[in-house]
Amino acid sequence: MEIAYTVHARPDTGVYNAKLGMWLFLASEVMLFGGLFSAYVFLRVGAPPDTWPQGWLNVPLGTLNTLLLAASAVTTFLAWAACKARRLDQFKLHTGLTLLLGCIFLGIKGYEYHDKWTHYELRLKDGRIAEGHLVGPKSTAEAVVLKGRWVEDRRQLLDGRRSRGTWQELTIPRADIDRMQNYAPRHNTFLAIYYTMTGLHGLHVLGGVVVFAYLWGPGSRLWHVDPEHFTNRVEVAGLFWHFVDLVWIFLFPVLYLS
Amino acid sequence: MNDTSSSVNSYRAAVCQGRSVLLIIAAVTLCMVGVAHAPLPDAGLRTALVLVAAGVNAILVAGRLMHVLQERHVIFVLLAFTVLFFVALMGLCLWAHGDTPKP
Repeated sequence: MEIAYTVHARPDTGVYNAKLGMWLFLASEVMLFGGLFSAYVFLRVGAPPDTWPQGWLNVPLGTLNTLLLAASAVTTFLAWAACKARRLDQFKLHTGLTLLLGCIFLGIKGYEYHDKWTHYELRLKDGRIAEGHLVGPKSTAEAVVLKGRWVEDRRQLLDGRRSRGTWQELTIPRADIDRMQNYAPRHNTFLAIYYTMTGLHGLHVLGGVVVFAYLWGPGSRLWHVDPEHFTNRVEVAGLFWHFVDLVWIFLFPVLYLS
Repeated sequence: MNDTSSSVNSYRAAVCQGRSVLLIIAAVTLCMVGVAHAPLPDAGLRTALVLVAAGVNAILVAGRLMHVLQERHVIFVLLAFTVLFFVALMGLCLWAHGDTPKP
């Protein structure tokens, strides 16, 4: 059975079915991410004064990821334009670049997650507080080694920008530790919403990469049978990818810069 | 002009357009980061400027790369409903935030 309106526009809507379906899906995605953004606003404005972390995220890496995703949006656009111009070689080139940029984006995000996951806050039995990155190879069953600093008060932990450049290697006996917790989602509200929003976004990037990998590889066989249908698939996948870029365009300033 | 040269020209135009969009987005993003670190007197003003810059980038992506401006009526209707629901969602949050119980 042939699926209707995969190539030509439906007379009543003026667009082919997959495109309308993708826009409907994107509308539901706006509400999904909108709910998370509104949750962020609620948590942020509802946080008591001097309890919301500042400068905990790596701005240069966030900026680089913004530029990478913007570049991938442009290569996606060019891949579609290449299909329109009936140039499969250029489609392959630009889709390959999109895949590469998407994978680098995910790699950088993974590095950022790892950086946070290995960042610890230690509260000692005598009331002192230390923070820093766990030096895994040097840590033993008796002592924990951190590349970090001592802080007088937990509030000092909240401003990440002031702490840089003052870190040293700290060896802390495990017997002296009252509580040790890494910067995982359970650590505080900011990290919980950070991991939720960027994690969901990362899953979308991963989904987009899988779709483009299919179109670049086995899916491109359709080009030789029905190039117009293939071009429409590329356009619909591109709409999704642009939406993913749009979400990051707002995630970056909200989480990294505000 | 035949079909082949027309499609080649339209592809070249798309390359130029894509390059311009990327350069503008890069410039606006760097300005955004600069504003976020600038010693402005008001944190609210800083946040507003950063979000305006993000809005400019979003308009470029949606308008130029997603061709929203050239879409059909049905897509505009869909987007209008989405914007309506989104604004209502955000408005509800802000309204509920101000509606705190009296002591």
